[in-house]
Amino acid sequence: MDQVISLTLKVWRQNGPDDAGAFQTYQAEGISQDASFLEMLDIVNERLIEEGTEPITFESDCREGICGTCGLMINGKAHGPELGTATCQLHMRKFNDGDHITIEPWRAVSFPVIKDLAVERTPLDLIIEAGGYISVPTGSAPDANLTPVPKEAADMAFDAAACIGCGACVAACPNSAAQLFTSAKLNHLNLLPQGQAERWQRAENMVETMEMYFGTCTNHGECHEACPKEISLDFIAFMNRDYVKAKIKNRKLAGQR
Amino acid sequence: MAQTLSRSGRGPQPLRPRKKQLPFPLNIYQTAIGRKWVMALTGIGLLGFVVAHMIGNLHVYEGPARMAEYAETLRTLGGGLVPRGTILWILRLGLIAMFGLHIHSAYSLKEISRKASPKAGFVGGAKQYSGGQDFIAANFASRTMRWTGPIILLYLLYHIADLTWGWWLGDDFVHGDPYHNLSESLSSLPVAIIYIVANVALAVHIFHGAWSMFQSLGINNPKYNKARVAIAAGLAGLILVGNLSFPILTQAGLIDEDNRECAVEDFDDEHDILICLEEQLEEEG
Repeated sequence: MDQVISLTLKVWRQNGPDDAGAFQTYQAEGISQDASFLEMLDIVNERLIEEGTEPITFESDCREGICGTCGLMINGKAHGPELGTATCQLHMRKFNDGDHITIEPWRAVSFPVIKDLAVERTPLDLIIEAGGYISVPTGSAPDANLTPVPKEAADMAFDAAACIGCGACVAACPNSAAQLFTSAKLNHLNLLPQGQAERWQRAENMVETMEMYFGTCTNHGECHEACPKEISLDFIAFMNRDYVKAKIKNRKLAGQR
Repeated sequence: MAQTLSRSGRGPQPLRPRKKQLPFPLNIYQTAIGRKWVMALTGIGLLGFVVAHMIGNLHVYEGPARMAEYAETLRTLGGGLVPRGTILWILRLGLIAMFGLHIHSAYSLKEISRKASPKAGFVGGAKQYSGGQDFIAANFASRTMRWTGPIILLYLLYHIADLTWGWWLGDDFVHGDPYHNLSESLSSLPVAIIYIVANVALAVHIFHGAWSMFQSLGINNPKYNKARVAIAAGLAGLILVGNLSFPILTQAGLIDEDNRECAVEDFDDEHDILICLEEQLEEEG
């Protein structure tokens, strides 16, 4: 199939973090349905460059759905209409000839726009820095299977580790909460034996860093629907449990009153 | 992980700088997740009250004498061990405290979220995208919590003024005869409509709340997660049917003062009505 479609794009253009920004309309004629959404934008950008205007800035890297760099609000849906799909894996065959598509950047106060559709997601990195790691003594690599891991724990940790940190959960959340991201990164380590030593410090530090930058969860469940990796809401519940436990346990561990 | 472009130093300014921690149990309430816990725990307490209140009110279908006996039993909880009304007032103070915490945590959490998304516009409780954000998972109940909550609060104040203090019934209000007060109040159509609207709001609020509290408290097991929605729907349905039956059946004429053995207009003194109701109860055995 080599269908060619024409689209009307309404794209958010913003010159810098302090610019007000506005929508601009572009005609995208003759787009192959085999193109991905980002390739469609590439074609539009090439034409803009030929015209001598500034191309639309958007972020992308691997274009195979595993890096978490791309992320656009397409017609009000994070990563577009397909469930469990990142923007780069969304193809134009999901759209029809003559469609109007509104493209916006992620919206949240802690995600300031860098330019056009690119937003700064540093607060997500700060949450990882607060505890999204394990400390191991370096040396020769340990023997394989030295630490037994129950199959169920391994499976769940793997589901959590699938998070690519794109920020779609924050963008889709009506409260701009980063609960799904934080809980995935937290549980990915807290479910495994290797993560146990720092489990309670990790829970406390990551959650408190998250709360410095993001809104609060009201259990709508929009984040799960937006997530390109379909991270489960269950992890948010596990995080809520671990956090209050951590508040009690850390006090005991540190010998406080 | 996403590659992040950083403009200047370490990201945007925090919306909520970390504050100095209060001593132990209070520091949990300083955090948003701690507040969600408080909201869930007080929610369980308030839900228990709503269910008990609804079941207790079913005594109205046993007639005026049994209803008055039920009201008196509440005042004399604890039997002869404590002065009359003590346990009831302890329960009331507990409820007031739970309401206070529930409302404060809800309001302060809403404020945090509002600060996290004002630039995107804050319309109808949600930030808005120009592309029109289609809610996929969020249902009517979850999006209207911040409207159903205040409706319930206003209704609660109205309800207490109406049937506990008797503001609007005036001379018709008989202290200690809830059957009479209830039928007097609810037989007016506008009042019945207020009760019906408020109780629909209550059921909608409970539907999201009863599911959401499991999540906030971290009570989550993939094996039982489907049951959580069923429990929430069942509780909301139970309360809706029970509470709506009072205004609807009063309007239909099932709860009324006809054929009443101790008719209120036959007595001059409130106290005599209560004595008459007690005698009636003894005769019935």
